[in-house]
This record gives sequence, C-alpha cells and structure tokens, in this order.
Amino acid sequence: MTLQIVATYAAAVCLLIGSAFVLIGVIGLLKFNDPMTRLHAPTKVGTIGIGMLLLAAMLVAAAEGDPSAHELLIMAFLFATAPVSAHFIAKVAIHQQSCEAPPPPPRDDTWSTLNSPDRKMAEGPASGAP
Amino acid sequence: MSTATAFLDIALIVAFVALAIGQLLCVVRLFRGPTSGDRVLALDTLVINAIGLVVVLGMTQGVKVYFEVSLLVAMLGFVSTVALARFMLRGDIIE
Repeated sequence: MTLQIVATYAAAVCLLIGSAFVLIGVIGLLKFNDPMTRLHAPTKVGTIGIGMLLLAAMLVAAAEGDPSAHELLIMAFLFATAPVSAHFIAKVAIHQQSCEAPPPPPRDDTWSTLNSPDRKMAEGPASGAP
Repeated sequence: MSTATAFLDIALIVAFVALAIGQLLCVVRLFRGPTSGDRVLALDTLVINAIGLVVVLGMTQGVKVYFEVSLLVAMLGFVSTVALARFMLRGDIIE
C-alpha cells in the first residue's frame, strides 16, 4: 500500500520534470538564432523529457498493479533514432550552407557532404580544400 | 492514497498544458523557419511531442493500446524525418 503511494508520487514528479524538459526544449527551438544552435535544444532536451514521461507511465502502470515493459521499447527506439535524425538535419544545414561557418575539418579533409560527385557545391568560406 | 492520486491528476493536467504549448511553439517555428532544415527540425519535434501527448493520454485513460500507437508514431516520425533530409540532401529519396 505505501509502496503504491510512493510510486504514484514518483510518477507525478516524473511527469512534471518531463513536461518541463519538453517545454524548455521547444523554447530553445524557438529562441535560438542559428540553425546549428537550434538543433541542440529539441533533439537532446526533448528526448530526455519524453523519456521521463515514459518513466512516469511505467511507474503508474506498476502502481496500478500490472507492470509493463512496453515503455522501455519506445524509450530505446527514441534514444537510438534521435541522434540519427539530428545528424541528418545537421548534414542538411551544412549542405545548404545555412549555418554561419561549419567547423574546420581536420588537416586537409573536406566535409564529405559537400563534395558529392554528382553535384558541384559553391566553395564555403571555411572549407579547407585548396 | 487520495492525496497521491490528486497530485497525479494535477501533474497530468500540467503535462497536457505544457505539451500543448510546446506544440504551438513548434508550429510557430515551422512557419517562421528561415531555412528548410529548421522546418524539418520543427516537424521532428512536433512528432516527438505528439508521442509524449499520446503517452500522457494513455496514462489518463488507463488504456494499454496507446503504447503501440506511440511506437508506431515514433517509427513513422523517424522514417519521415530521414526521408525529408535525404530529399533535401540529394533531391531524391531512393537512388
């Protein structure tokens, strides 16, 4: 009985923390002023927020008497796919040269997304190729 | 127990309101976004927040089937984000 009460309180606290994280991530998406900077806020903070919401759902299901592990599957899927989609969006930002200056590649490399064989890209200001 | 469930109800309402405000701000960025990458990012965030909304709705109604719904939404959101980014990178989705 008392364990049930503790799980319900923990679920409520997890809900509050998760919704706060989601809201902070979306405010960051709206307020930052650079496409690369804007990429940081929802892809990390928002993912943690959804993870906390799923943890709250697991705690509520355990408090009601039928614990389930479905939420772990959603959490694993989200944590695995959020960096991949963020990587693709960053590649779009570098490719369209909408970010101010991409970070300089090491030594005499170039960004592999900029030198595709079938497309001639304009030389960026920070591309280190001679 | 009644205070715990009352606190949980208040937390559920707060989560609904926060996620709804988040969706509205995402739509603002979707319309204002200067580059197309920002619009794809706003769509991706919309889908991830929709997963949170579905999870909180399932907690409110106590129905288990909403977790399958959120898993499907997560898969569709990831595939559509990658397809949109591929289209902007290459001008084509499947080469």
